[in-house]
Amino acid sequence: MVPLSYYLVLSGILFGCGVLGFLIKRNIITIFMSIELMLNGVNLSFVAFAAHWHALSGQVFVFFVMVVAAAEAAVGLAIIIAVYRTRETLNVDQVNLLKL
Amino acid sequence: MFHLILFLFFGAICVAGAVNLLVQSHPINSALSLVAVMASLAAEYLLLGAEFVAAVQVIVYAGAIMVLFVITIMLLNAGAEERTKGSRIATLLGVPGVTVGAVLVAWTLLGRSATTHSVSIGALWGAPKDIARLLFRDFLLPFEVTSVLILIAIMGAVVLASRPEAVTRGARKDEG
Repeated sequence: MVPLSYYLVLSGILFGCGVLGFLIKRNIITIFMSIELMLNGVNLSFVAFAAHWHALSGQVFVFFVMVVAAAEAAVGLAIIIAVYRTRETLNVDQVNLLKL
Repeated sequence: MFHLILFLFFGAICVAGAVNLLVQSHPINSALSLVAVMASLAAEYLLLGAEFVAAVQVIVYAGAIMVLFVITIMLLNAGAEERTKGSRIATLLGVPGVTVGAVLVAWTLLGRSATTHSVSIGALWGAPKDIARLLFRDFLLPFEVTSVLILIAIMGAVVLASRPEAVTRGARKDEG
């Protein structure tokens, strides 16, 4: 038996690591991976609450989060490729102009 | 007890992978540690009894999405990131801020753990049949809407990642 709060704490730690990576990383791909880490942390709390309340709809929401993450990864990585083509850099500090 | 040991083992791998993602400077190392995080999260889902979610986690997240990331890193030949002034400020302010936030959340949750139930191993009955019944009956409209979302995302990715010259050349060919 594991208390539900342990799962929630683990999910909170993962989310916190994601936020931290979003703040301190300068590589645009790593920032994107931090967002995926945040989504994973939220997924864990969804499943933990689903187990707690004996409600399967929590698991279904995990699938929707995964779909959104997949769509986001596809579009986001395409944007990263487009940015790299025009600026030749992946550092977000050097991508600060809307127009070239 | 066995459940707790397994939970702590995979939770430690999760946290170690997440911290490794932060401290590595090369994106490919970060990507591989993110794969470790996702795989051990799948094990956590299995411990909760959510078998189908665990399988989908491995297939979609650790499989498809991370392959996309690794391919992009290889394609763009991304090197180690350089430290800048902005990243130092973010480290100075962000690390204590997030640590305080995480400690507050953990303290609140653990303080209330007496009022919440414990989760036994395999607590969910999440058989694929039950999930499919829920997904295709109660959540049918959101399910269909996500298919439209995926379609739009595919088209957006194709348009954004295609070379601008290729698009104009195609347009010219259409005119001619």
